[in-house]
Amino acid sequence: MPPELLRMIIAAVLVVAFVFLNAMILGYMERKVSAHIQRRPGLMEVGPHGVLQLLIDGFKLIGKQLVVPEASNKFLFRLAPILSFAPCVLPFVVIPFAQKLQIASMDISLIFILAMTSINVIAILVAGWASNNKYSLFGTFRSVAQAVSYEIPLLLSILSIILITNTFSLQGIIAAQKYYWFILIQPLAFIIYFISGLAETNRAPFDMPEAESELTAGFHTEYSGMGFSFFFLAEYANMFTVCSIATVLFLGGWKGIPLPLGDYTGIFWFMLKVYGLLFVMIWIRWTFPRVRFDQLMTFCWKYLIPFSLANLLITAVLVKLI
Amino acid sequence: MGNLAENNTLHADLEPAIDIPSDNHYYLNMGPQHPSTHGVLRVLLEMDGEYVVEAQPVLGYGHRMQEKMGELKNWRAFMPNTGRMDYAAALQYNHGYVGLYERLCGIEVPARAEYIRVITSELNRIVSHHLWIGAMLLDMGAFTPILYTFDDREQVLDILEDVTGSRLTYCYFRVGGVCKDIDDNFIEKTRAFIKRQRERFDIYNDLVTGNIIFIKRTEGIGIISPDMARRYGVTGPVLRGSGIAYDVRKNEPYSVYPNFDFEIPVGQNGDSYDRYMVRLEEIEQSLRIIEQALDQLPDGPFLGKVPKKLKMPTGDCSFAVEAARGELTYYLVSGGGDIPYRLKIRVPSYSNLSVLPELCQGMLLSDLVAAMGSMDLVIPEIDR
Repeated sequence: MPPELLRMIIAAVLVVAFVFLNAMILGYMERKVSAHIQRRPGLMEVGPHGVLQLLIDGFKLIGKQLVVPEASNKFLFRLAPILSFAPCVLPFVVIPFAQKLQIASMDISLIFILAMTSINVIAILVAGWASNNKYSLFGTFRSVAQAVSYEIPLLLSILSIILITNTFSLQGIIAAQKYYWFILIQPLAFIIYFISGLAETNRAPFDMPEAESELTAGFHTEYSGMGFSFFFLAEYANMFTVCSIATVLFLGGWKGIPLPLGDYTGIFWFMLKVYGLLFVMIWIRWTFPRVRFDQLMTFCWKYLIPFSLANLLITAVLVKLI
Repeated sequence: MGNLAENNTLHADLEPAIDIPSDNHYYLNMGPQHPSTHGVLRVLLEMDGEYVVEAQPVLGYGHRMQEKMGELKNWRAFMPNTGRMDYAAALQYNHGYVGLYERLCGIEVPARAEYIRVITSELNRIVSHHLWIGAMLLDMGAFTPILYTFDDREQVLDILEDVTGSRLTYCYFRVGGVCKDIDDNFIEKTRAFIKRQRERFDIYNDLVTGNIIFIKRTEGIGIISPDMARRYGVTGPVLRGSGIAYDVRKNEPYSVYPNFDFEIPVGQNGDSYDRYMVRLEEIEQSLRIIEQALDQLPDGPFLGKVPKKLKMPTGDCSFAVEAARGELTYYLVSGGGDIPYRLKIRVPSYSNLSVLPELCQGMLLSDLVAAMGSMDLVIPEIDR
């Protein structure tokens, strides 16, 4: 077996393992943080402070029967969770966890990640359509409109960083932040990116597609067992991807104060920054009510896009002058 | 949309009251099992995309023949049922029922009993509003406020449990008084709660009232004009949110309410935000009433002399109280004896819900949920 192939197989296994681990950590974090925000202890039963609860939940979901509705399009219904899960694993291939820890280094890694995260919309569209449920279809309509709209400010805010660094390579962007983080010179782009990221991952207060008080569970109303857990895993993997791009673009990636951890210093700082941003996402979710759908679109088209365009223009002029 | 069109005809068979919609419209069944109808209410919606064209509430999933049961039993046997109609504010239902018999038979109630009734009823009103704030915010997608209001709610429930023996479906009042006296411990705990609740308003305001998303979701949404409110017989905080200062406690005083100094909070626009503010202010007014009642609390018996078997005079009688959701009226026709010939219960949520079809025309589905949440419907009370 050629060593390059072996390396890719090991990497693929590691990535999938990490996606599952990440979902468990984030699931635990979300339930624990929300509990403390709501002044209750949260998970306490399984293991010390409930750390094994998510593992047990995982086993439970695997054991559940996959109910396929009678009137659904059965092929598409089964395809949707896989379509949602598979592309969200791929960005992990190019995320630079540390200076030397990146499975594949591409010159266009940023574009690759953005392309992969966009496929999730199609999975939601397929899921909502195939379920043959009005609530699912509602969630799907909202989700597609929302994801397509918020992609624009997301990309515009990333473009202003690209103008400064002249590269799409994530390692290159980190290398460009030698003396300062880009959040200092591009604070507006960071805010726009983060808000669009929340919308892109369907997180509250933009969780229209699964607004449970209106649509019961939105596009995944009809899914049970592993069908549901694939959407769940994909959501958490996407959150991680969005936050790791934010870390790379605006917070200096794996760079940080040197610690006596050897090669692990980079990964320590990277994870700290990513999970810090994830904590903020969770914090927002458990504090705010949900916005209305038309307000969401208004906010995107009337505020985020003009501001990100202006930001891009100013950046371009300044880059040209300097 | 092939399958959806078939579903439409299916529902149209079930509901002949609404015509089969045109091609662009479709039906959406909200309920009877839906997370934001708070019980078994079913609303049949005719939708055009995200907009509601027409809504038709379908009632009766929780019908328990409460009125008929009231016509088969004497007051003692029916008493526990009263607390099971509006489970969120059961004591006011107790109060209306015993008040009815007292008015009909001319039974004297000791002053202390009346004060205890007012104190516990107002505590119950606060509990009900706590539940409502949490539930409404839950409808709008905010999970956290309900845990904060329930934290306060638990304090009151503990106090009420000490004196009434139950936490939700109370059966505490009796014709002629109440069944158990309050003690110093109760008074002390209630005073502590009043102090605590006043401090908690700041938390509510920080978390909810000032939140830009909350304001955007409620201001100008679900406007009930004073005229519309009158036409449908809307009462309670929903009516007061529309700017009409009608409160049974002031307009038709019963019990010892005239002894207390309190205000009727009113809104200006009649939107969901006003209804929220009115209820928040009502908690403060209830605290004021409780404070004054505790200061004035007289000594004496807590249960007057009432014959074992009540002898009702022939005739009819009605008695209205201000329940947490609006005006609650019991109407009774007696043919003598101790069992009524006819018992009619006028519940506030029923009239408040009847506004919905007119209110929600052209509304977004999300707004419908928020507007319905702001009306504070308790479905078992409607179905009774």
